[in-house]
Amino acid sequence: MYSFEYHRPNDLAAARLLYAEAEDPMYLSGGMTLIPSMKQRLAAPSDLIDLSGLQELQGIKDLDDQDGVGIRVGALARHNDVAANALVLNHLPVLAQVVSSIGDNQVRNRGTMGGSIANSDPAADLPAALLGLQAVINTQDRQIPADDFFHDLFETELAADDILVSVDFAVPRRATYQKFRNPASGYAVVGVLVAEYATGFRVGVTGAGPCAFRARALEDALNQSFSPDALSDVDVPDAGFNSDLHASAEYRAHLVKVLAKRAVSELTQQS
Amino acid sequence: MNVSFCVNGESHELDVAPNTLLVSVLREHLGLTGTHVGCDTSQCGACTIHLNGRAVKSCAMLAVQAQDAEVVTIEGLGSVDDLHPMQQAFRDCHGLQCGFCTPGMIMQAVDLATQVETLDADAIRQGMEGNLCRCTGYQNIVAAVAKGAVALKAQSGEV
Repeated sequence: MYSFEYHRPNDLAAARLLYAEAEDPMYLSGGMTLIPSMKQRLAAPSDLIDLSGLQELQGIKDLDDQDGVGIRVGALARHNDVAANALVLNHLPVLAQVVSSIGDNQVRNRGTMGGSIANSDPAADLPAALLGLQAVINTQDRQIPADDFFHDLFETELAADDILVSVDFAVPRRATYQKFRNPASGYAVVGVLVAEYATGFRVGVTGAGPCAFRARALEDALNQSFSPDALSDVDVPDAGFNSDLHASAEYRAHLVKVLAKRAVSELTQQS
Repeated sequence: MNVSFCVNGESHELDVAPNTLLVSVLREHLGLTGTHVGCDTSQCGACTIHLNGRAVKSCAMLAVQAQDAEVVTIEGLGSVDDLHPMQQAFRDCHGLQCGFCTPGMIMQAVDLATQVETLDADAIRQGMEGNLCRCTGYQNIVAAVAKGAVALKAQSGEV
């Protein structure tokens, strides 16, 4: 790892100021991707600004004090904290399901909500959850709907100096996450989250393309008829999908549909 | 830069470069060589320690990130004369061959046993997925974790 300056500011304003003044800085949250990347010299910031001291980024709470309508998760919430949180388990168990499938226990003890989302790994689990669960990403001065957030491979709507403060999730009627897990890395080869709202179904997909996306064709089919069979004739084109030694683009497109069907089947059995 | 934290009940204040990993401080500055570096890419779990009571990989953390933390390493868990129940279980079940992965396995197993109420073989295999054993001794490791978890519960008066 190259050398760098390390800072641990106490509030949002101080963190932003440090960023503005440094030559080539990066923010650090749980560090589960950034530290290994720095060790491999894939990242070499001049300054690391550790956000762990920022109170503004802490906590998990009811949104607008309305019980069970929405939940705000602070960017510093560690995956295992989210998975064990009573509010999440009561109103948004699908989020606990998603974060429990991330990496391994040691990673879930350190990795954070904000870090995972800001990094936007194409195979990360949380991006599918944000799209499926109608999330809004709050920065220091902006509210970004998940639908506008994920742009491309590791690219999001965040500017380099933006700090992701919290994420607001809308509580669905029901939802579940299905993941085809890479057994070595724990990342999603493909992951599909299906959620039902009063306004219709939402299908968030990760792992398949350069960044997470909503499978609108699948959503339309589910809004017509909520059953696994309703998805059988929907075409999932593999154009632009990831292809690597783990899975071809064609196989990933196949998985999107298979996992969506499994999710629908599970939701049908729940109700 | 200065960093202070508590390791195995003992306070330390150290002057380290910001790019020093926590595992390097434990091994090289404090001489606690029970924590191992296996892969150095945060996959094998041999460097697992407890940070404020939770299992983390100390090769994927900067020492300066441990400011004010309570760190426990394998050396702080038990001693040769007074083994921790999980250490005893690994010994009884022969949950090791070469032993290189064992400190990390035990630290993670203790975290797992305190997190999960009932541990069947499947839950143990899932829970230990962040730790690799290249001797492929998983069968006995699973048995050891199961036995150690029961012993831990008995010790804390829950059984």
